[in-house]
Amino acid sequence: MSTSLSHLKELEAESIYIIRETFAQFNKPAILFSGGKDSIVLTHLAKKAFWPAKIPFPLVHVDTGHNFPECISFRDKLVKEFGVNLVVGSVQKSIDEGKVVEEVGINATRNRLQIKTLLDTIEENQYDACMGGARRDEEKARAKERFFSHRDEFGQWNPKNQRPELWNLFNGLKHYGENFRVFPISNWTEMDIWQYILLESIEIPDLYFSHIRKCYTRDGTILSLNDFQELKEGEEAKDMVIRFRTIGDITITGAVESEADSLEKIISEVAAARNTERGGRADDQRSDTAMEDRKKEGYF
Amino acid sequence: MISVLILQWKTEKKKAIFKMNNNNYLDRDLLRFTTAGSVDDGKSTLIGRLLYDSKSIFEDQLASVSDSSKKKGLSHIDFSLLTDGLKDEREQGITIDVAYRYFSTPKRKFIIADTPGHIQYTRNMITGASTANLALVLIDARKGVIEQTKRHSFIASLLQIKHIVVCINKMDLVDFDENRYDEIVKEYEDFAAKLEVDDIRFIPISALHGDNVVDRSDKLSWYQGSTLLYTLENIHIGSDRNMKDCRFPIQTVIRPHSDEYHDFRGYAGRIESGMFKVGDEVTILPSGFNTKIGSIIDNEKEVQQAFPPMSVTLNLTDDIDLSRGDMLVRPNNKATITQDIDFMMCWMGNEPFDPRKKYTILHTTNKVRCVVKEVLYKIDINTLHRNEEDLSVGMNDIARIKIRTTKPLMCDSYTRNRSTGSIILIDEATNGTVAAGMII
Repeated sequence: MSTSLSHLKELEAESIYIIRETFAQFNKPAILFSGGKDSIVLTHLAKKAFWPAKIPFPLVHVDTGHNFPECISFRDKLVKEFGVNLVVGSVQKSIDEGKVVEEVGINATRNRLQIKTLLDTIEENQYDACMGGARRDEEKARAKERFFSHRDEFGQWNPKNQRPELWNLFNGLKHYGENFRVFPISNWTEMDIWQYILLESIEIPDLYFSHIRKCYTRDGTILSLNDFQELKEGEEAKDMVIRFRTIGDITITGAVESEADSLEKIISEVAAARNTERGGRADDQRSDTAMEDRKKEGYF
Repeated sequence: MISVLILQWKTEKKKAIFKMNNNNYLDRDLLRFTTAGSVDDGKSTLIGRLLYDSKSIFEDQLASVSDSSKKKGLSHIDFSLLTDGLKDEREQGITIDVAYRYFSTPKRKFIIADTPGHIQYTRNMITGASTANLALVLIDARKGVIEQTKRHSFIASLLQIKHIVVCINKMDLVDFDENRYDEIVKEYEDFAAKLEVDDIRFIPISALHGDNVVDRSDKLSWYQGSTLLYTLENIHIGSDRNMKDCRFPIQTVIRPHSDEYHDFRGYAGRIESGMFKVGDEVTILPSGFNTKIGSIIDNEKEVQQAFPPMSVTLNLTDDIDLSRGDMLVRPNNKATITQDIDFMMCWMGNEPFDPRKKYTILHTTNKVRCVVKEVLYKIDINTLHRNEEDLSVGMNDIARIKIRTTKPLMCDSYTRNRSTGSIILIDEATNGTVAAGMII
């Protein structure tokens, strides 16, 4: 009789432990749901953690208005299937109310604007712990992140004064007005996520699989033709066989040319990949410290 | 030099040794190890080498690191730029905080807790060591055993890491000399006799050139042992877990309140040690009531048994009211219930330890307060000497302390059980974690 766990089962057990700690230690936790594969896996783990009870947290979606339409329909289907509450924070509303000003120019995105909307949504609903699907292998600033990440009353992250995290003892104590970001899948890699999706037959948006799409290329990045960006002179939209490795806003998420139309093929492709999955994300390429800077302000 | 390396990497990418085999991903297990070292002893180079040779570094990461290396005027790739993720770290060329790194081979997935080696970062070393199965200690072959080597090894021993792999690095700079290697092994063994680590292994390597890291080196043909990667892949960690003492601290109670599961009352938690089976008689601590395990739920299904580190939900045959902080054990093997805790403390707070203050304590799923009864002695972590004269405890000091808690804790000694034997102390004014403790 085997008494050892595979690496995926051990990661699963660790994540479930952290999700349950979040439930036990906080008054009003929530899951930040982007519609991407990581937050989908996180939601599945939350379901397992409390089965046969329902997930005791709402899903919070920060809607930039620049979504892939496929993601929104996927989100709504999942919410219905899991019987969980959905709370939407709207960047468009923040713009309309004059809380943030839309970026201008040909490379304008709403990536940075969503920080304000996220912080407002947390404050309005008084969430004291927001779980996210960020992983430490994604980006160098995230490699320094804790499972329980303390944020001050302004939602800011202070990387130089983080609480040491020892054994499985997670310190979620806080002062009034402060809150936490919790990252239950910190120790998973991109490959772990894909293998787990395959192992558990988890449904994910079609965008991750190879399909034909009208795309154009800007600064070496393949972008989906969309309603929010205009083509520059010399740029041309054409049908391409592509898929997405990560999913963010339609305006910044780079596609890869790929014929991988099944999970098995995606896994082989990830195993042979030469670039990181965030390599196609225009939001990370703005500077060497783009992620660290956004995290300090309150980004995931 | 840099472009040659990238080119070499591109072709090596096709090598079969690290080809991800999708069929065996279920058989792979997880090994967590910790490293410590300062800028110049080759730690970053070694980690970079492991990531690089296991194809865990991607082309865009490599390009970005080699660009930055060029900007710094270096002729080689500075792999520390990969692990030092914060702006201040890269600017100052120091590692401030624990960085977690990942790589895998067809045999195992590895999590590296990469910690800085300076004395002022003892707290980071302890943090990294607290979840590690193995410690990788680096020795510069020119310098031999230095204070930092001793400090790191002592911390590994204090934190009950069962395996230490001592890499004697920079063998190329001592002409791959076997005598020098033997000298250092002897020196380390003399010191390690005072430690509580059973499994210590030595490997001569050159991280910079890759000798004995992944591939065997013909320059070290006198060395008959395994390469570093082979050692990491094959070291047996399954028996390190405590399978004797059944301990199940309750995290939360699951009550669905649905028609289908109207009377369901499940106790969610993680098996910290021992094996739990359906039908087993169990005792609830601290109340002392006995009952039986009715069913075990893992992964939305009923299973017959559960073992560490599984996260499961248990149902009991009797209707007893339990809550977070209670613990299930076996009737003939109970944890100690006590309000008086004697422990080794590593102080991590910026402000010094104040024995007149009350501190909050987290232990398993319990939160209590405590008063300090006595500071017995401090340990000099370089010499391992006890100091009973100067009992002031500041950042990175290790001391033996006695406290009394507001409520009883169900605990075991740390040497017997890493989960029920560990505590953290929290400052009640700042809510910061200020100390780690190992119960004696």
